[in-house]
Amino acid sequence: MNLENSPLESERDATAYRRNQIKSVTFLIALFAVLLAAVLLSLRAGSYNTPTLELIKGIFNRAADSKINLVVRGSRLPRICTAIIAGAGLGITGCVLQAVLRNPLASASTLGVSQGASFGAAFAIIVLQMGSAVGLGMMAIPLCAFLGSVSVAVVILGLSRFRQISPEGIVLAGVAISSMFTGGTTLMQYFADEVELSTLVYWTFGSLGNTDWGDVGRMSVVVLLTGAYFIWNRWDFNALLSGEETATSLGINVRRLTLVNMLLCCLTASMVVSYIGLINFIGLVAPHIVRLVVGNNHVYLLPGSAIAGALLLLLGDLFARVAISPVILPIGAITSFLGGPLFLYLLFKGGRRSADS
Amino acid sequence: MILRQVSFSVEDGRFLAILGNNGVGKSTMLKCLNRILTPAGGEIQVDGDDLSRLSGRERAQRIAFVAQSVPSIQMTVHDIVMLGRRPYMKWSFTEKDHVIVHEAMDRLGVSHLRGRFLDQLSGGERQKVMLARALAQQPKILLLDEPTSSLDIQNQYQVLQIVRDICHEKGITAMVVIHDLNLALRFCDQFLMLRQGEVYRWGGREILDRQALKEVYRVDAEIALVNGYRMVVVD
Repeated sequence: MNLENSPLESERDATAYRRNQIKSVTFLIALFAVLLAAVLLSLRAGSYNTPTLELIKGIFNRAADSKINLVVRGSRLPRICTAIIAGAGLGITGCVLQAVLRNPLASASTLGVSQGASFGAAFAIIVLQMGSAVGLGMMAIPLCAFLGSVSVAVVILGLSRFRQISPEGIVLAGVAISSMFTGGTTLMQYFADEVELSTLVYWTFGSLGNTDWGDVGRMSVVVLLTGAYFIWNRWDFNALLSGEETATSLGINVRRLTLVNMLLCCLTASMVVSYIGLINFIGLVAPHIVRLVVGNNHVYLLPGSAIAGALLLLLGDLFARVAISPVILPIGAITSFLGGPLFLYLLFKGGRRSADS
Repeated sequence: MILRQVSFSVEDGRFLAILGNNGVGKSTMLKCLNRILTPAGGEIQVDGDDLSRLSGRERAQRIAFVAQSVPSIQMTVHDIVMLGRRPYMKWSFTEKDHVIVHEAMDRLGVSHLRGRFLDQLSGGERQKVMLARALAQQPKILLLDEPTSSLDIQNQYQVLQIVRDICHEKGITAMVVIHDLNLALRFCDQFLMLRQGEVYRWGGREILDRQALKEVYRVDAEIALVNGYRMVVVD
């Protein structure tokens, strides 16, 4: 039995593998370049028609006109940074959840984390009547939203820890818990007055314009730390693709890997949602877009999902700001409205490719 | 409880077939050997080390496992085989890891596929990739759960011949759960027969006789010599 290849064939095969690697790295670089271009576009979008160079100078407080410095550093840049950090957080957590739950539909919203945040926000606005609070009271809504989503995470993790449910069971439990929290939110809305109702509806629209540098800093710390941990585990996620038994045989504690990463995903998504409101589809769609080009290797898929998530949210925000300027459309509605068709496209494209192969 | 009073030992470089009818606990035994399932009691030793005292990483450096089904993964063959070096990995893979992976791919004849995604390969090619991944673990023991169940006859012979050659060349002990007795007789040199959750017999080819086949598989069959190979012929 001859299994050996000729040197020419081996060289060609090595080239094919290198080409694959180069394609993946090039895609990530291209994605990053598009993100930088989107940052510039986003920086330009607004009522002032300012030269791009002046806007870039404004980032470093060096623009000739002090108003430009103020607009860039006080308004546009925090918004852009919020979009990048939040989008990256949602993208990478979506990718990790899809890996550990072995489910391509897993994301923070599928697990009910967003619905938990919504319930928390409704509790703060309607029950605690913090909708028009000032000072420290302004923190009540993001804090309750955070606690709401964390409580979902705790319930799901508790179920998986003590009832030993499977990854598929976790997703189904997420659906059930989402439904429960949505029902709870609706009940609170039923008893709310008009002002409370409009405050809650406005919060659920999602907004990138309500964060300051302190919020951006706090989100950055969480997203960067959890992101680093996820990237540390990149080969464990790859091993999980081969199945739970194979991953265990490779020395991985699959149960611990699943629980710890789920917990960190829920924390990251909770943090993001509590600051910017309900943003759906980013965590679901971003990994699928990157997967189309780089495949399932998490060495490329994790950073790619983070960049794609940041790009999608930034472009969504840009669209929301310029579509019918000066009105700013709700970002949550935009990501859902544009994310749905995009997901359908990916679904049919993936289906057609499977059928072709 | 599926298995009880299972006790046997295997020497280095042997190719052991685990035999028995459906549901007797063959795959369960394989998974207990690798601690994918935790046995209620007893001890499994590799070179005198109790497996239950080893960390997952240390265990994976000694025992490799090839599962029955190969999932459809959109990851290159090279990266899949690279997974075999995960038990040795710290932050990243070293040059030595890459050399070992290349050797494993060359040994299984899948080097020419290294740039292709696993989900683009045939069943036989996928199984060889999984064997290459297991070989890249540099194990002392190789566990195979029905590796030929979904392969055509050519690939069945190729895969088992490669495993047998690896056992002889590298002194690796392989244990395979297999239903095809003729393939087992052709390639394996030790046999362990399970019946009702216990070891019925273990030893060389001679343990497979008419009585054993009757009591384990409930069939009347005899062992015939065809072209010098022992074959099971059912009456």
